[in-house]
This record gives sequence, C-alpha cells and structure tokens, in this order.
Amino acid sequence: MVEAFRLLASGNPEVVEVTLRSLGVSGSATLLAASFSIPLSLAIALKNFKGKPALIGFFNALIGMPTVALGLILYLLFSKAGPLGPLHLLYNPVGIMLGQAILITPLIVSFTTSALEAVDPDVRLLARTLGASHLQEAVAVVREASSGIMLAVAASFNRAVAELGIALMVGGNIKGLTRVLTTAIALETVRGEIELGIALTVILLLIVFALNLAVNLFKRRLG
Amino acid sequence: MAAIILLAAFTAVLYLQTGQSRVERLTVATTTSLYDTGLLDLVEKAFEKNYPCYDIAFISAGTGIALQYASRGDADAVLVHAPPKEFKFMREGYGVNRRIIAYNFFLIVGPKSDPAGINGLKAVAALTRIVEAGRAGKALWISRGDESGTHSKEKALWETAGFNPERLREEAWYVEAGAGMGKTLLLANEKNAYTLSDVGTYLKYLGDGLVSLKIHVGESKELLNVYSIMAVNPEKVRGVNFKATMLLINFLTSDKGQNLLAQFGVEKYGRPLFNPAVKILQEQKNSQIARWIAEYGFMEGEECPSQYRRAQP
Repeated sequence: MVEAFRLLASGNPEVVEVTLRSLGVSGSATLLAASFSIPLSLAIALKNFKGKPALIGFFNALIGMPTVALGLILYLLFSKAGPLGPLHLLYNPVGIMLGQAILITPLIVSFTTSALEAVDPDVRLLARTLGASHLQEAVAVVREASSGIMLAVAASFNRAVAELGIALMVGGNIKGLTRVLTTAIALETVRGEIELGIALTVILLLIVFALNLAVNLFKRRLG
Repeated sequence: MAAIILLAAFTAVLYLQTGQSRVERLTVATTTSLYDTGLLDLVEKAFEKNYPCYDIAFISAGTGIALQYASRGDADAVLVHAPPKEFKFMREGYGVNRRIIAYNFFLIVGPKSDPAGINGLKAVAALTRIVEAGRAGKALWISRGDESGTHSKEKALWETAGFNPERLREEAWYVEAGAGMGKTLLLANEKNAYTLSDVGTYLKYLGDGLVSLKIHVGESKELLNVYSIMAVNPEKVRGVNFKATMLLINFLTSDKGQNLLAQFGVEKYGRPLFNPAVKILQEQKNSQIARWIAEYGFMEGEECPSQYRRAQP
C-alpha cells in the first residue's frame, strides 16, 4: 500500500501515460455517444409514436450488455478477416473509443429520456404559448432536465473508463498504444506487481469520485 | 459545439499518433506466461533500437487464441509454447519459418512438508504418489483448468502417468482453479497443495514473498517447455508484415537475441528464466538436452520441415 502511494507521488511516466490515455479514450467516447444520444433521447421523449415503450425497453435492456460480449462482437467486425478490417480499428485506441461509445449509448439514451420525460409538461406548454419554435421548445426542456442529463453523461463516462472487456479485446493492451487503466490493472495483477495494480486502482477510483463530486457541485449550483 | 470540435481534434490526434505514421507496425501474438515475465519488453526495446522503422506490438493471450488471431490476419507472427498446436497451425498452412528460440522446464511445486513424499522423484512417479496421497486425504492438487499451454502440459503429464485427467476432475483432492498461473500459485500456497508451474511465474511469486511453495520436481525430460516463433504465411493470409517478422525471427535467433534471453532474470532471480536453444540445436546436436528438444519440439524430425519454409522477400 505504501509502495503504491510512492508510485503515485513519484509520477511514474508509465502510470501517467496510461491514465491520460484512459481519460482521453473514455472522455472522447462519452462526448461522441452524448452527441448523438441526447438528440435521440429528445426525439423519443418529446414525440409520441407507436412502439415507443418497446424502444425505451430495448435501450433499458442493452444497458446491461456485458463488455466482453460487445468486445468479442467488435473484435470479429474489426479483425482483418472481418467486414470492417480495412479501417484498421483493431489494436487501435480509436477502436476502443468507438466500442465504448457503443457500450454507453443505451445508458445515456435511457437515463436522458427518463430525465426529459420527468420534466413538467407545463414547461413545454409555456414555451409554446410564448411562441417558441420547436428548437426553442426542445432547448427549454433540455435546460429543465440538465441535472439529470449531466448525471447520465457522468455515469456513462464512469462505465466507459471502468470497463475492461472492450479495451482488452479490441485494444489488445499494447504497451504505449492501447494500454488503459483497467487493462494495466489486470496485467500488473497477473504479473504479481500488486503495488502497481493498487496504484492504478487508486487512480481509477479517484477519477470516478472526482467526476461524481463535480456533477454534484454542478447540480447544487443549478439549485 | 465546443465539445464536438474537441472530440474531432482528439480523434485526429489519436489516429495520427497510431495508425498511419512513418513507423511500420509488427504485431506479435504471444502467450501470457511469456509476456507476464517482462522479457518481451526488453526484446521490444532491443529490436526497435536495431530497426527504428518498426514498432512491435505484443498481444498477450493464451496459446490457442494467439494462433486464432494469427490465422485471421490480426497478427504477423506468433511466439508460443505448445508444439502439438504449432504443428497443427503449420499443417493448416498458416504457420511458416518456425524457429525454436528457447527452452526451460515446468516445475512441480508444493508445500515444504511434502505430504506426498515426491521430492526428487521423476515427474511420472511424483504424480502417482500425489494421486495416492490425495485419495488418502493427505494431499491436494491444483490444476490451472483454463486450457492454457501449461494446462495442456499438465493433462499430457497425467496421461503419461496413466491417469485420465477428465476422471481426476471428479475426485475431491483435485481442484480446478480456472485461473492464470499467479492466482493458481496463490491458491496452492493457501491450501498447502501441489501444482504445475512455469519457472518465470514461480520465481517471481517466490521472490516477492507471495508464496512459500518449494520445487519438488524440476529439470527432467517430461517437464521440458519449448518456446518457438513462427511467421504467418503471407501466401495464405493477405496483408501480413512478413518482412518485419523475418527480421524479428533473425534477431531472436542471432547471438544478440539469444544472449538477451539467456541473461533475462539472472540479476533479479539469481538464475535465468529461459535457456537459449539455437546454439544447442546447431552445435550440440547430440547433447541430452538437444535430443529432448528434438523429441518434444520437432515436427517430422525437423525444427521446420522444408515445405513449411518461405523465402525472405
């Protein structure tokens, strides 16, 4: 344990590199997923259509997608012998990023949709009475649901940064290229480098806690 | 909007940093027991120093999946330790230019008190004693149970000793860990049990004070472990980096590469983890160890029969 904190304090370049890669890959995966999931959730929440409960149920079910299962599917797609082989996404951080974005999409859609649906219908009504366009109406609803959406995005980032299956199967845990926090923890533990494993675990937990703290502060500011 | 620009910028940076740079990538699929020792980090450094235009990426997986990766074109070379599986890979047309680069021995380790009384016996006799002691309720055996190279070796040993490993699984003293070598050693240590281990993981765990198990059966013909490297056949699998693979094979079989293997771990563990095999197979063909390697690790009497050789580009 003491050794683990010494490793943290000394700013071991490998530890720093792996941490930055984890933040970069999972951060961009979250941004990517949010960029299409939030508009999608708006469409689901604000419109009434046949099969809406089924669609919501579908996304709810996909939240529990095991990461190794998704990792295996993506491996087969990204493999040189697979349909997306020519894109060279296998053993590439961009491949991990895409995989994590797919993984967390159901989570963002599901949580965001329910946050949007929880918004008081009077908000939409008021916006419309004041002569708002469709876009302005949507903006008003999103603003009203923003703390719920923030929570959805933060939870998604946590899931992305803490997942192992995709990073291992699509990334391959290649040193200096696709090694992220979770794959490094798995490797160092198997190697018997328990202290380094603990140091990396502490970093992972710090990231998750810091993010949740930030979201809480943000929520409080929103009042 | 800002978020999207940030995202695009980040993706571009990642992409430039990795895929399409000046440096050519060489992907090698390898086994966990080899990778976990840390030897391959040194190999990577030394090779890239010699050939700065290449970047080696080691993918650490079980022998089975490593060969699977290679046959799908996701690896350019394989570095593994399961001769029967390697022969099959070659017969299927995937593996070419095989070279044996190193050997060491598996170990039968167990509690200091040695309840089955196997210390110093031959592997087969030792396993028979463990079965007897196990059935009498005096000893336990931990099996990897994960279809790894080491597990394959264990099953072959049980068969040589005249036991059916599938039947043993049903007996109370035979415990399946279903885990990697490190966890299996910890379990054996915890339960005062015997197990089969590779040298690297055992010495590492012993040196770090994580286990207090003792070596009861070491260097012997039955426990031989042979590591070899193969290129993926460029005629069978399109797009593999055959040229770089041959450079790596030549490097590992050169004096420089062989010395690197021989010296690895000496400083840390007081003994080498791997023994270089190239010189022995070339210059000391009649030594006992060369004969053992030939018997266990040769295909049709050769390291790599001529129909499985491809000319270098």
